Amino acid sequence: MFFYHFGKYLLFLKNVFTKPENFKVYWKEIIREMNLIGVGSLGIIAVISIFLGAVTCIQTAYQLVSNLIPRDIIGVITRDSVILEFSPTISLLVLSGRVGGSISSQLGTMRVTEQIDALEIMGVNSTGFLVLPKIVAAVITIPMLVIISMFLGLMGAYIIGPLTGVISGTEFISGVLRDWNSFIILVALIKTVLFSFLMTSVSAYQGFYTKGGALEVGESSTKAVVYSSVLILFADYLVAQILL
Amino acid sequence: MIELKNVSKSFDSNQVLKNISATFKPGITNMIIGGSGSGKTTLLKCMIGLHDIDAGEINYDGVDFSKLDFKEKIPIRKEIGMLFQSAALFDSMNVEENVLFPLNMFSDWSMEEKLDRVNFCLKRVNLENINKLRISDLSGGMKKRVGIARAIAMQPKYLFCDEPNSGLDPKTSIIIDNLIREITIEYQITTVINSHDMNSVMEIGDHIIFLHQGQNWWEGANTDLIKAANQEVNEFVFASKLMKSKFQ
Repeated sequence: MFFYHFGKYLLFLKNVFTKPENFKVYWKEIIREMNLIGVGSLGIIAVISIFLGAVTCIQTAYQLVSNLIPRDIIGVITRDSVILEFSPTISLLVLSGRVGGSISSQLGTMRVTEQIDALEIMGVNSTGFLVLPKIVAAVITIPMLVIISMFLGLMGAYIIGPLTGVISGTEFISGVLRDWNSFIILVALIKTVLFSFLMTSVSAYQGFYTKGGALEVGESSTKAVVYSSVLILFADYLVAQILL
Repeated sequence: MIELKNVSKSFDSNQVLKNISATFKPGITNMIIGGSGSGKTTLLKCMIGLHDIDAGEINYDGVDFSKLDFKEKIPIRKEIGMLFQSAALFDSMNVEENVLFPLNMFSDWSMEEKLDRVNFCLKRVNLENINKLRISDLSGGMKKRVGIARAIAMQPKYLFCDEPNSGLDPKTSIIIDNLIREITIEYQITTVINSHDMNSVMEIGDHIIFLHQGQNWWEGANTDLIKAANQEVNEFVFASKLMKSKFQ
């Protein structure tokens, strides 16, 4: 069963990446999807990032009870946790529910209401037309969201640290800048691009091959969220193992 | 002209279509009728390439469509218009964008020319000044008419209609039937309609194929249908009291 779906998924991707019939129409779709995926997710990403940063700062401080450890280490740990893990991974897990579920239910509904059949009868490569703009839009906009998320996460920590007295603003900034290595940003962005691709393509695959009616559309959305979340976590481990 | 030669199709061990042969000529309304499970929808889906057939030929003006791959099918598909049972309009687009879609995808006309064509098609189906309406704001009959407008936007040579009257009131059904017939004659399109609505069949069925258990059981015009010496055909045609009182 796994190999059947894996093979089908690869063939699906092959169809997605075939030459578009009309670049102009595809470009319009990409812009529309960028707005839906990127701008539409900005609010939720901003909220979770600020809170994740704040919580990381407080919990790190809670565990560092020794006076021998400099306080600015809280800034170092918060920075690495937010940039390397929370912004790319937690954001993508949240987006797999918001964006992945939406992609799957949209394509599933189009399938059961014969809209995909209508595209195919017209001679349109339905896989390419419906899925490629979503993947391109996600791979472009989600890394931007993640960069915003990193900044807001650190801002959340910077605000909440001095406010609760666990670390001063100067110590936090000093920690964030201590032994700075731009490589962690690169690793985070590699993760983000990979996770974005997995989330959109797996969700689209689940929705595109929906059979039945409203019940099955719901099942496809659930599968899309579950499978893409598991794959994101698996890919997270692989990237960490390989790059760090 | 569309020609079917010994078309067969099975799903696992269930043979749905058995050696169906038929010819659908342009400029007349060809209808496929039959009871539920007789294979009408499967035959239509095989003809438009949504299902692959197991054996036989589906010839579009001499070209065997069933033997072509996806890319080779595209030139013929551009000449096909399809009206779905649910209209299958793209609900993320408004009326104008729906009719514009095939033109945007496949024509190199200017936007002005494309909009002229959209307005012409909408006018042809008696829908004007609704260009910016969302699909969810349309009634069932209006959706079908927008579906027809989208189907004829690319000036198709072949028009397929799957249950065009389902879910419509009798008056709107007649409007849709007449519209399909007028378009068929006006543009000399090869039209194939899948239906089990006897009112439609008697109104516009120039050439009828009656499917029974996946076979081409009976073929003829609507005037011959009521005189057919065939038990299955009679049971289907005169199933309603109205048809009995009118023709028997």
